[in-house]
Amino acid sequence: MARNIQSLERAAAMLRLLAGGERRLGLSDIASSLGLAKGTAHGILRTLQQEGFVEQDAASGRYQLGAELLRLGTTYLDVHELRARALVWTDDLARSSGESVYLGVLHQHGVLIVHHVFRPDDSRQVLEVGAMQPLHSTALGKVLTAYDPVAHSEVVEGERKAFTARTTTELDAFEGVLDITRARGYGADVEETWEGVASVAAPIHDRRRMPVGAVGVTGAVERICANGELRPELIAAVRDCARAVSRDLGAARF
Amino acid sequence: MTDAHTAGPFIAAIDQGTTSSRCIVFDRDGRIVSVDQKEHEQIFPKPGWVEHNAAEIWTNVQEVVASAIEKAGITRDDIKAIGITNQRETTLLWDKNTGEPVHNAIVWQDTRTDALCRELGRNVGQDRFRRETGLPLASYFAGPKARWLLDNVEGLRERAEAGDILFGTMDSWVIWNLTGGVDGGHHVTDVTNASRTLLMNLHTLEWDEKIAESIGVPLAMLPEIRSSAEVYGEITGGKLGDLLGGIPVASALGDQQAALFGQTCFSEGEAKSTYGTGTFMLMNTGDKIINSYSGLLTTVGYRIGDQAPVYALEGSIAVTGALVQWMRDQMGLISTAAEIETLASSVEDNGGAYFVPAFSGLFAPYWRPDARGVIAGLTRYVTKAHIARAVLEATAWQTREISDAMTKDSGVELAALKVDGGMTSNNLLMQTLSDFLDAPVVRPMVAETTCLGAAYAAGLAVGFWNSTDDLRANWRRAAEWTPNMAAEKRDREYKSWLKAVERTMGWLEDES
Repeated sequence: MARNIQSLERAAAMLRLLAGGERRLGLSDIASSLGLAKGTAHGILRTLQQEGFVEQDAASGRYQLGAELLRLGTTYLDVHELRARALVWTDDLARSSGESVYLGVLHQHGVLIVHHVFRPDDSRQVLEVGAMQPLHSTALGKVLTAYDPVAHSEVVEGERKAFTARTTTELDAFEGVLDITRARGYGADVEETWEGVASVAAPIHDRRRMPVGAVGVTGAVERICANGELRPELIAAVRDCARAVSRDLGAARF
Repeated sequence: MTDAHTAGPFIAAIDQGTTSSRCIVFDRDGRIVSVDQKEHEQIFPKPGWVEHNAAEIWTNVQEVVASAIEKAGITRDDIKAIGITNQRETTLLWDKNTGEPVHNAIVWQDTRTDALCRELGRNVGQDRFRRETGLPLASYFAGPKARWLLDNVEGLRERAEAGDILFGTMDSWVIWNLTGGVDGGHHVTDVTNASRTLLMNLHTLEWDEKIAESIGVPLAMLPEIRSSAEVYGEITGGKLGDLLGGIPVASALGDQQAALFGQTCFSEGEAKSTYGTGTFMLMNTGDKIINSYSGLLTTVGYRIGDQAPVYALEGSIAVTGALVQWMRDQMGLISTAAEIETLASSVEDNGGAYFVPAFSGLFAPYWRPDARGVIAGLTRYVTKAHIARAVLEATAWQTREISDAMTKDSGVELAALKVDGGMTSNNLLMQTLSDFLDAPVVRPMVAETTCLGAAYAAGLAVGFWNSTDDLRANWRRAAEWTPNMAAEKRDREYKSWLKAVERTMGWLEDES
């Protein structure tokens, strides 16, 4: 069996020691508790501090557990938290684009719609929160697949069904679409899932640049596209919205 | 596509709220162009007492207005009017010669006038002034707070009788300062704010001399009562005068009435409910002053210029969002408020559990101060997820009870409920609400209905918008939840809820 790495063992022992009580500990307490030379203990503490696992109180010079440990334990972003943070921005996107807005996250083998804002034209519409969309053909799905490795393997391993004549089903071609999506920073679906319907979506990232969801507008292809191209002002509005939500997620938790 | 709000002109709205002051600039479509916000200190001199420093608030108001204008990248010429909405009932007295407050403002939640209100009820009780004012004698309302100040700040009554002291709710304080302060500031309030003082007669919309005398508030210090949408004066003097001098100050509405206005509930029977820490539901009752026999308040909804006033019924729920916060902070069952939905969604139903959050007694329609909170129906089957579900259902059932009371008093069935506030991002709650009310629940696209209402009223006053029909055309549905629950199940659940409510009563033995 390979020998364990001593400095990692010592670092782990330090974290356990600091987790043991509410009080902060000084360097000499830590060193003597673990039977280490002060210089050795200090070196390890400094490294842990740089990684955010340990914090040093400015006034007393004593050490305590750092905020990064807490974040490691709570990486999972609650989808309802995501919706709450996105509410204002998605309302504004619907208002400025005149189209319906969807917010989606990866769930099982597809995109779960966690938020939906109606198209602001007073027509009868049904709330689609809870609905699933395919990963490989929708704008939301392509964005998630381009940025989230878990989504990517879902698509690679799963069936890529042709919903219309325009759906990309061949893996090589699909990888090419993902490259373009990443290069541009947004994804598109022009009649690849539903005839007559187009959408544009952009990724939402959390404070560590992890992709946590995608936001986009969906509407009649005649309104989303002009002269065969996606309308640039729509793309800009979608990306602005995604950036605003991402910025909001980067803010301190409340 | 109607993007790029660069094309002005615009309307600005100030929201002088309980925890912060905000300014939002809106464009003609009612879209938000810019926002600025600043919190102020909550002062707690004793248990149950809550005060604000009015000088700090005025400083903050000037800052947020200047900053919102700057963020919007616009100037005085682009702004057609400024409107005001405010925390209701919070009471201030100030010296009209120096512009200095004589005491901190006493905030609406402050309960120091409890005993005074009981005393003022004499042998009649808390409904002594209800027929004239629409309100019970309760510590929220401004009149008794003013009386407390006159009784407890040394020499104040003499100064007030000499005409040196001005009374106002926060709308009056902000308008007086905006329009010049000691240099000719206009001392006015609007009908909605005046309707929360216990001093205004709902029928005449004037100060009721007899009641003012009974409560012990000299008429000389009261502001002139004006409509909610008219030009009270122009921004003059000071820092803001340099920046925005000449802009008409053109609306004032209490925050809940502003939300009613912002939700464009302009027809009789239309109602809105704002879901925050607590919940306030208002229903437009048109030109009818409906006396409530179900514990609701009768209040002025709004009055546009010299048009006839529009009245409203109001029901408040003390604990809604606060119960979710309690689950987060005191119980530690969730780490953010939004997670309540995740937890609640992990089960199909409440598992037989009902949570009545009568933390400080039961409010409308019961008014039982002797009640305390109860979780009923517990069995070993019940998990924390069922409790989370019961938490959300509590908000929905309490809304149902207010809505039933409104129907009973007004004879009008609720056709649809317009909702706003932070809790509207909770999809499960909104669906449950629709199921329990058996009516559609609709969320508008602009969540900031309070500021929007003040902006709308100011815009109407200066002709920026021509009519309430213009404003209705601006209203956009962002989401709608429709009832999806069998009537039989709804009735059975409601019965269980009412049983749980019954079990909260009489917990405190020395009250009621």
